[in-house]
Amino acid sequence: MSRLRAALTPYLLLFPGTLWLAIFFVVPTVVMLSLSLQSGDVVNGYAFTFNWHSYVDGISTYHDQIVRSLVYGLVSTVIQIVIGFPVAYWIAFKGGTRKSIYLFLLLLPFLVSFVLRTISWQFFLSDNGLLLGPLKSLGLVPQDFHILATSAAVIGGLAYNFLPFMILPMYVALERIDPRVLEAAQDLYASKAQTFLRVVLPLSLPGVFAGVLMTFVPATSDYVNASVLGGTSNTMIGNVIQNQFLVNQDYPTASALSFTLMALLLVGIFAYAKALGTEDVLEVAAR
Amino acid sequence: MNDPYRQDPALLRGMTQRRLGRRDAFRLAGLSAAGLALAACGVQGKGTARPSSSAQAQSEVEKFWSGKTKNGHVDFANWPLYMDPKQPELKQFTQQTGITVNYKEVILEMPSWFAKIQPQLAAGQSIDYDLMVVTNGLHFQRLVQLGYLAPLDHSKLPNFAANAAPEYKQESFDPGNVYSIPWASGITGIAYNPKYVDTPPTSMADLWNPKYKGKVGMMSDSQEIANFGLFAIGVDPDKSTEADWEKAAAKLQEQRDAGIVRKYYDQAYTDPLAKGDIWLTMAWSGDVFQKNVSDGTDLKFVVPQEGGTIWTDNMTIPKTATNPVDAIMLMDFFYDVNVAAHLAEYINYVTPVPAAKDVIAADAAKATGDDKKLLEEVASSPLVFPSEQDSARLRNYVNGKTPEEQKKFESIFQAITTS
Repeated sequence: MSRLRAALTPYLLLFPGTLWLAIFFVVPTVVMLSLSLQSGDVVNGYAFTFNWHSYVDGISTYHDQIVRSLVYGLVSTVIQIVIGFPVAYWIAFKGGTRKSIYLFLLLLPFLVSFVLRTISWQFFLSDNGLLLGPLKSLGLVPQDFHILATSAAVIGGLAYNFLPFMILPMYVALERIDPRVLEAAQDLYASKAQTFLRVVLPLSLPGVFAGVLMTFVPATSDYVNASVLGGTSNTMIGNVIQNQFLVNQDYPTASALSFTLMALLLVGIFAYAKALGTEDVLEVAAR
Repeated sequence: MNDPYRQDPALLRGMTQRRLGRRDAFRLAGLSAAGLALAACGVQGKGTARPSSSAQAQSEVEKFWSGKTKNGHVDFANWPLYMDPKQPELKQFTQQTGITVNYKEVILEMPSWFAKIQPQLAAGQSIDYDLMVVTNGLHFQRLVQLGYLAPLDHSKLPNFAANAAPEYKQESFDPGNVYSIPWASGITGIAYNPKYVDTPPTSMADLWNPKYKGKVGMMSDSQEIANFGLFAIGVDPDKSTEADWEKAAAKLQEQRDAGIVRKYYDQAYTDPLAKGDIWLTMAWSGDVFQKNVSDGTDLKFVVPQEGGTIWTDNMTIPKTATNPVDAIMLMDFFYDVNVAAHLAEYINYVTPVPAAKDVIAADAAKATGDDKKLLEEVASSPLVFPSEQDSARLRNYVNGKTPEEQKKFESIFQAITTS
């Protein structure tokens, strides 16, 4: 009996997780895959017909938005690394005893809802709003200058909204670096720049990788920033998918676009992981 | 020591470790299950015909209403800017009947509202609302076609019978008010902010004027922009053909490509207009008036010379409503002349109760100062009580006759706002 129990134990332990994955990942994925291959309309219903056209049509109609989303996602991720790395570095090495306070301050704005924060940016950046109103009345910027409804507004919004998810993993990676390693570098006559480039930076890469995973993917598929801060020529693929699902009820096209996006993101991530040295990075990122 | 498993470990192995590898079995099962699952995920739809005879209609009504009783609560889904935020009418209703009302301004646009409730209605589940205000047009037709609306029991609507204007009792989209009675009508025209626009817009051409590049708002609803596109190319929407739709769409695309359109809005255009993010925009007549009253803005509304769109928003009961009796009582309550008058005073949309005009005029006579001016304005407003001259310029939404036509129509115009 006890041996049977021992044999079953791992399965029982895995059961809740498996069930969770089955209900919230496998089932929706299968449903979406099925939807993407269906044809019909809302009034008459959709039926499964291996309708590959939804992929062909979806991609040919919306390739602009797909490319734009990848570009926006990439640019915002790079901005986040540029802004986030120094912050993470500073908190990890110069934060001293106040580290947790700084981290708390970093997270504080994110206790407010994501959409609400984006809308307050819309309010702040409005054509005659708090920022541009005074600048325009002082004549510092031309009257028809605007920030909203431009790529810059959307990319800025993305970079702002996902920043903590970039900083936290980088902070964790930097914080883990053993001070003795740095001392060793010094003992071996490495200059500060050398220590940073040859010791700190390589050791922090897994954190950067984890950060990119956590920001590039949601930023690319985001639709809130583009719909609140963007205009007619800043539509991202997330907006298209949302629109096809929740306005036009064109489920096949929406699902096909979702799968296309998923495939592109997976390819991108694995290519990136390969470039950084897969096993190493995935393993450390998972810590 | 008689435990059989201990005596023969091979038995345990045999039971727990398959010869055919467990993985193989899983793979096989997984593949066939995936195949089945893919095919089983179809999305339901169903068409039901409108009752063809009055006897059939009557039996439908009886079938729906028999055994339904008053529950003391109603959930009401409406559009924003369609009632005084203090909800005096609903308070009065609760006082009179003891029925509590949960009023939610959740409908911002017909297509997205329909897409939201359709799956639940298709599954025969409650959408948590007993009363919803639906615009005439494609989605109203679809709700009827799919059999999602409860047939109304007119014996429970005495105020409607007594007070509704005759034209609202023979609407082309719902003859005989089988499924709906109007909440209010309104006009889609052009709203502008005089702080930024010096010469008041008079025609559709103003929405295409490069002077206003990046400062023009358009609506994302395909039926709304379709009419404006058709007006702009000089075609009467009532008589438009598929070729006209293509031409109108090309005109709208040109406006978009020239960077004139700032954004395609649902009902959220009033704030940007007041803030100056957009200077002129497609708008619904009453919204502008209410925004001016509530926020002290000075926005203007015009019906372009080519024409405007007239639409009617209708109170309907979804078939799956849990409190239909309470809902129909509330529907009838809004046809009380005084209630209709007070509602129109606030929302400034066309009321289906003509007698309300006298009540508003009487209120104006009693009032003083600013209120008096406001009420007099409402009583004489062409937007609340349109003149015949205005009405002649107003057109309905384009409604494709067949589902194929509707689909074609939607795909032509959705391509502009969604890409």
